[in-house]
Amino acid sequence: MAIDFKQVGFTYQPGTPFATQALTDINVTIPDGSYTALIGHTGSGKSTLLQHLNALLKPTTGTVTIGDRVITPETSNKDLKALRQHVGIVFQFPESQLFEETVAKDIAFGPQNFGASEADALKTAADMLALVGLDAELLDRSPFDLSGGQMRRVAIAGVLAMAPQVLVLDEPTAGLDPQGRLEMMEMFAKLRHERELTVVLVTHQMDDVANYADHVIVMDQGKIAKTGTPQEIFQDPQWLAEHHLGLPKTTAFAQQLMAKGIQFDQLPLTEDQLAQALAHQLGGATQ
Amino acid sequence: MMNKLIFGRYIPGDSVIHRMDPRAKLLLSFYFIGIIFIANNWATYVLLFAFTLLAIKLSGVKWSFFINGVKPLIWLILFTVILQVLFSASGGTVYFKWGIITISQLGLVNGVYIFCRFVLIIFMSTLLTLTTPPLELSDAIEYILMPLKVVHFPVYEVALMLSIALRFVPTLMDETEKIMNAQRARGVDFGEGNIFQQMRAIVPLLIPLFVSSFNRAEDLATAMEARGYQGGEGRSKYRILKWQARDTWATLAFAVLTVALVGLRLYV
Repeated sequence: MAIDFKQVGFTYQPGTPFATQALTDINVTIPDGSYTALIGHTGSGKSTLLQHLNALLKPTTGTVTIGDRVITPETSNKDLKALRQHVGIVFQFPESQLFEETVAKDIAFGPQNFGASEADALKTAADMLALVGLDAELLDRSPFDLSGGQMRRVAIAGVLAMAPQVLVLDEPTAGLDPQGRLEMMEMFAKLRHERELTVVLVTHQMDDVANYADHVIVMDQGKIAKTGTPQEIFQDPQWLAEHHLGLPKTTAFAQQLMAKGIQFDQLPLTEDQLAQALAHQLGGATQ
Repeated sequence: MMNKLIFGRYIPGDSVIHRMDPRAKLLLSFYFIGIIFIANNWATYVLLFAFTLLAIKLSGVKWSFFINGVKPLIWLILFTVILQVLFSASGGTVYFKWGIITISQLGLVNGVYIFCRFVLIIFMSTLLTLTTPPLELSDAIEYILMPLKVVHFPVYEVALMLSIALRFVPTLMDETEKIMNAQRARGVDFGEGNIFQQMRAIVPLLIPLFVSSFNRAEDLATAMEARGYQGGEGRSKYRILKWQARDTWATLAFAVLTVALVGLRLYV
């Protein structure tokens, strides 16, 4: 499901003395089936943009097209539910959205809101728990007894249980240990292939962008600063620095190597690319 | 939703009113609400309005803020005024009479007076909150409550609770907004359906809010203990309130206003 922004502007609290413009003239497309990374400095409007993806916020000017639904400033708040089922958002620190007595009921909450029967929803819950890598014995536990990492997984399972076609992740790995981070990012990548999801990832981790995304949107002060493939975005370290963004670790290292006289045709983004490029330079065989 | 509420917000600024001592502002605002009831004729109300508008002018805050402050309460005000107009005892010329409903000259005049009182009270209290940071207000309340220590009222603890509560109001509002959005994304319809459906929809919002408040309280208590907090007694203060000449002048202005009001009430 593609999501298309046309001249979208958004103002918080319009018409009051506290009005602040968060988005200006956004023209961007999130292609169907892409893994899009949304990056930008804190306060650049990423989270505001993200809430437009399932009409939690409606644009104050312009239109957002989600699949075949067109959201305009005049769109009524009624019957947006169908849309929200198709676009699942995992908010920052999603563990704070857990509320049910048991893990199973909490995961089943989403599907039930969209009309699934209780039995079906609970069955989905069991599947989802396995999918996010948790033990089935947790199903009957209270979500508040779990560890932080487990709670996060349950919350994500709750979103996945709605079987969305677009999965929006707002810093899903913030506050997790390195092992947990890697597992979670791998899980999303796997899910994307298995279910042919469109993934939108908001992150400050440039390594994740380099490793997983195939499309990058850079935001700055409520505007789209640049779009392109990770390869294109990370080729210009100077430009990134001007927009308060960093490089993936590998690219930063490659840059240091360049300062010492090693040449690259293109700055490598991942460890594999760097290793290949170096092996090539040393006259080794490339795969 | 709640963002529209101007009442109770603070707008940073650097006017005479902003720099006044919060104790003076708090006490004088209460005093003002008290003396509004001295007014009983048009001359007194004109004087009160002139005084309030002067105070607003001095604060340098835009007029629109005050108008917006009245807006959310306009229905309550109109309801009270209409009740007053329709059901007050007849006096002066009677314009309309039907059963127990009487519209009389006295009723209309009283309606206008009540409207003025509401607007004055809202303007003055909005002025207080718009020009005083919440923490200064809680300092002022702590100071004003001090005499109650004689009867073993836990002044420090109450002041601490107050300042923590004030500090966390915006944080909790953000949290509420966030959880509402998260639950909406999971298919909850807030504010739709009949009253029972609406009440049920609140559960997925309330429970996470309570849980996060408990967690927050525990974290905060631990952090406070780790920084050596052992109770209110015997602490020194970082923010020290200072009564200055402008506060004395303001108090004098209110005294003059009171005398003028009483004079106008008696002789006009």
